[in-house]
Amino acid sequence: MNVLQDSLLELIRRTSAEIPDDVHRAITRSLEEEKKGTIAESAIKIIEQNIALAKSKSQPICQDTGSVIFYVECPVGFDQITFEETAREAVKLATKKGFLRQNSVDSITGKNDGTNLGPGAPTIHFHQHRSSDISVRLILKGGGCENVGAQYSLPNEKLKANRDLDGCRKVILDAVLQAQGKGCGPGILGICIGGDRATGYEASKQQLLRKLDDTNPNPELDKLEKDIVETANKLGIGPMGFGGKTTLLGTKIGVLNRVPASYFVSVSYMCWAYRRQGVNLDASGKIQSWLY
Amino acid sequence: MISLTTPISEAAIRALKVGDEVSISGTVFTGRDAVHKYLHEGGKLPPEVNLKDGILYHCGPVVIKDEQGQWKCVAAGPTTSIREEPYQWQVIRDFGIRGVIGKGGMGDKTLAACKEYGSVYLHAIGGAAQVLAECIKRVKNVYMMNEFGAPEAIWEFEVENFPAVVTIDSHGNSLHKEVLATSQAELAKYV
Repeated sequence: MNVLQDSLLELIRRTSAEIPDDVHRAITRSLEEEKKGTIAESAIKIIEQNIALAKSKSQPICQDTGSVIFYVECPVGFDQITFEETAREAVKLATKKGFLRQNSVDSITGKNDGTNLGPGAPTIHFHQHRSSDISVRLILKGGGCENVGAQYSLPNEKLKANRDLDGCRKVILDAVLQAQGKGCGPGILGICIGGDRATGYEASKQQLLRKLDDTNPNPELDKLEKDIVETANKLGIGPMGFGGKTTLLGTKIGVLNRVPASYFVSVSYMCWAYRRQGVNLDASGKIQSWLY
Repeated sequence: MISLTTPISEAAIRALKVGDEVSISGTVFTGRDAVHKYLHEGGKLPPEVNLKDGILYHCGPVVIKDEQGQWKCVAAGPTTSIREEPYQWQVIRDFGIRGVIGKGGMGDKTLAACKEYGSVYLHAIGGAAQVLAECIKRVKNVYMMNEFGAPEAIWEFEVENFPAVVTIDSHGNSLHKEVLATSQAELAKYV
């Protein structure tokens, strides 16, 4: 079997079965926050057990293994076509092995051919850079949390949200309120301010590639990220929407320019089962190091 | 923790209230989007799928065949239930379901059906596919696999000590409504 395919299969396996350390630490902290004897505490305890069990059995943390989204950073001259073909084979194999559920459905006929391959499945984003490094990041994003994502066009009269950071704050907190427990909270928000309807959502998802404990280089956005988490955690929505102290584990905000007529705030909600992993590969496709 | 074993009596269901933690044993059938739409449109269940006094689980599991050709469930957490809100009340009424397991909660129509027909909504922990798969002791059968595909098929599971929380009871109470109201009021203080 080829080296790149082996590496991508291992990337899929590990992404599906193992929660990244930064996320696990945040979940463990939330257990200390919740009041003892509450159903919120019970929920986090089951989540903790689940994380340990998935890792030890090398099986999916969540049965909804989600949309398979690759982000590839590659040097000039990198063979993207071969990469894509290999990634598709790896996805098919990972599905056969049960690392991924048979999760890709023809939108018109409803047919599921069981391979996880089809238009847009998997999704692969390539980004060329001047360095010779090859890195592949993978997000498996479940449908439950994807369904509670939201895009707001500002101004929003109902929420009294104008075209400024305070307006952004209002619509982001509205998204948290609307999501309640439906996105499998405690959740993590990836947000993009600006862009168009397509690029805004895309950039909001890319924010989910950041580690939970990193710092936004823009101090105003850093402040807003912290404020969103703090305020959301005062709302009492809690794990699974059971009520409790932990509604969000983190918020990451990025920015794109916009055209004068548009002002979008796009919110992608990630569930606690935050499946994100990445690898650095050598030129042969062998894994050199893990990124999270 | 309150134990429930299928078939479940109406009295046992009426004794439950919002916030109770339960542990379910016996037989559960999965059914999600395709099944609900199909039943709503008058589709018939295979005769072996007996939901009377039983439990319906909103779940699209990962199930693989082992070397002996036996089904093995490797991941089986709940899926978001609110998508079945247009149909659930009718399915509860027509099939005599005593409990629906899912996640994220359901709306007023289901709440009313739980009250009228003596049923409850049981919230499992979303994403906890391994802990919940451990509770599935045996895959007894699968129905309508060809029509709906593996995640949407009707799986018959034998479960033991499957944990869930009552978030809609048969007395008109919903934890989801309560939390929405309190969180909405709370948010108004900060924006």
